[in-house]
Amino acid sequence: MQKSLRKYFPLFVLPTLAAFGIAFLVPFFMGLYLSFTRFTVVTDARFVGLENYVEIFTSNADFLRALWFTVRFTVVSVVTINLLGFLLALLLTSGIPGTNLFRTVFFMPNLIGGIVLGYIWQLILNGALYPFGVTLTSNARYGFWGLVVLMNWQLTGYMMIIYIAGLQNIPDELSEAANIDGATGLQRLWHITLPMVMPSITICTFLTLTNSFKLFDQNLALTSGAPSKQTAMLALDIYNTFYGKPGFEGVGQAKAVLFFLMVGLIAFLQLLLTRRKEVEG
Amino acid sequence: MLVPMKHASRVLLSALLLAGLLASCGRGGGDSSSSSSAGSPASSGGTKGASVYYLNFKPEIASVYEEIAKEYEAETGVRLQVVTAASGTYEQTLKSEIAKADAPTIFQINGPVGYEAWKDYCLDLSGSELYSHLTDKSLAVTSGDGVYGIPYVVEGYGIIYNNEIMDRYFALPDKAVSIESAKEIHGFPMLREVVEDMTAKKEALGIDGVFASTSMSAGNQWRWQTHLANLPLYYEFRESAGEGDVILEGLSAQEIAFTYAENFQNLFDLYLQNSTTAPGLLGGKSVADSMAEFALGRCAMVQNGNWAWSEISGVEGNTVGEEDIKFMPLYTGMEGEEAQGLCIGTENYLAVNAKASPEQQKAALDFLTWLFTSSKGKSYVSGPLGFIAPFDTFSDEEKPADPLAREVLDWMERDVQSVVWTFAAFPSEDFKNDFGDALLEYAQGSKTFDEVKEIVVRSWKSEREKTGAAA
Repeated sequence: MQKSLRKYFPLFVLPTLAAFGIAFLVPFFMGLYLSFTRFTVVTDARFVGLENYVEIFTSNADFLRALWFTVRFTVVSVVTINLLGFLLALLLTSGIPGTNLFRTVFFMPNLIGGIVLGYIWQLILNGALYPFGVTLTSNARYGFWGLVVLMNWQLTGYMMIIYIAGLQNIPDELSEAANIDGATGLQRLWHITLPMVMPSITICTFLTLTNSFKLFDQNLALTSGAPSKQTAMLALDIYNTFYGKPGFEGVGQAKAVLFFLMVGLIAFLQLLLTRRKEVEG
Repeated sequence: MLVPMKHASRVLLSALLLAGLLASCGRGGGDSSSSSSAGSPASSGGTKGASVYYLNFKPEIASVYEEIAKEYEAETGVRLQVVTAASGTYEQTLKSEIAKADAPTIFQINGPVGYEAWKDYCLDLSGSELYSHLTDKSLAVTSGDGVYGIPYVVEGYGIIYNNEIMDRYFALPDKAVSIESAKEIHGFPMLREVVEDMTAKKEALGIDGVFASTSMSAGNQWRWQTHLANLPLYYEFRESAGEGDVILEGLSAQEIAFTYAENFQNLFDLYLQNSTTAPGLLGGKSVADSMAEFALGRCAMVQNGNWAWSEISGVEGNTVGEEDIKFMPLYTGMEGEEAQGLCIGTENYLAVNAKASPEQQKAALDFLTWLFTSSKGKSYVSGPLGFIAPFDTFSDEEKPADPLAREVLDWMERDVQSVVWTFAAFPSEDFKNDFGDALLEYAQGSKTFDEVKEIVVRSWKSEREKTGAAA
């Protein structure tokens, strides 16, 4: 059995490998190559060296502005989403009636696609702003907080589910022992619950961090960068560069490569940091 | 004996699995490429050489092309696949579609700037039958001796007004103007007087505002940053061109002065201040909102072109009668503008993919010839498509029947100077977007018009430098 498995291993792995290659590896390396070229159509490119990368920083300040906006947004939304998600998880594991219903309700927004969500929230928020005679695009601050609200609404439920799973994995003996030793609720939270759900925190911060950093659909649908690109995040800026003017496809591609490196680096650092805090049950 | 048998069946099984996987992948890909519209016709039947793939630019008439595709296939046996790019995403769609093995054979470019981006893909059409029928050969996009884009529709835009509401206003006993009908408005000062007086009496007229919302949401700013912007730049280039061609002058302009910014502001301010919607709320309005307001009789005027008729008549509860819908030129307070007509031109040029196989190119040209010369094709063009087609195969009776197209034709015959579509010379999409972004901030009060002007001048210069002059 072992032997034949080894013998046929390549055959069985082939479909997945082929799909992975076609849908991931080929576009990835093609993209990398294209960032060093000038092109209109991806199959027809001319090599120009590092010109595109220079262009990112010299042609205008869009990329850096988008980067700064993205960083601010990511910091705020990672904190708020995880805090809210964790509090909801605590609440819904404390045995209040209707727990399952609430869990389902909070999780549901996650099932709706980003573009649809963006347009729905655009209507809601514009409706809320209507009495004041302004819209989401009147000021970059409205767009910023609109995006934060949207992201919280969408991701909190998902993170809540992960935290609930983490909370349910804490052995009862630990809390009981702490109770007998006279630990207060806050002490139990700090010294038992938090260390024990650290794996969930790792996953949740990873998910929220990368999702916020890479946000595109919601950004496009909610404000599309208005006013004057002030609420454009990195992914949207890349998209706009690519399609904005002929001859700038390569610059957009170069921005995308930088973007990939940034996301990779941040995710790696975050994993490294939170992993160190995990403990064995 | 048993073992090899087992192996053989396993190999067979996994091969089957693999085949199934690949087949489903292929099917998935095929579906998504044609899902935008046209309801993908089954790919079986018909030889590969004899199929046409047309990437359509105009979403408002996408459903008509589905009918045409059926009709054409029934008549000639050639499969016609029409994919429509969603509004404002034509360049994106074209870029990804044309990289495919099954690339569009007919696509469209928006003029000389578009040709510059797609010149490697544009076939020389100077020998084609369609080009021989073009009434005004100067309309085509040319380079050297070659003809690379053939215009298929002439369009006009201006201020569309609902004459029924206008008549209601002119019948008011306490109106502040001396004229008796909207036809007597021949310049900006009179337009402003009428509009401002109408705003003062809007309750009596039963409207929310004179003009429909100045739509400012993303992707809905083209009526201002492209169409309205056409006028001041037309006058600027006409002045510097002297006897020469206005568009060519614009294409070669490395910098602009935006001399007539004030004229732009005249009309734009009039739109903002006499609108159905408060200026601060415009960031959430789309063109469709504006057209619906007009169709429902909640405003008297809207800036748009003759293509808007299908949109107006399609609004449920449309109150605008065919005989009441009229055009007025965009008056901005220029000297001598009583002799100015509508803005007439086109940004719709057909191009045939130069990298397609010769059979496909022939099939593509055959289809275009059929559409614009055969009686069946022509009935679609002047009927449901509503194109004013610039070909000599159309007799006077075959001109489109919709009221706005008739108005455009009427204005073309009057003794006025039509304004050419100078925006064909605008350097890039980014230029228009910078312009539009600045206008939004101006409307919301966070920028002054001087700042808008400065942004426009600066953006023109930098975009022209980056993209290289097209001419």
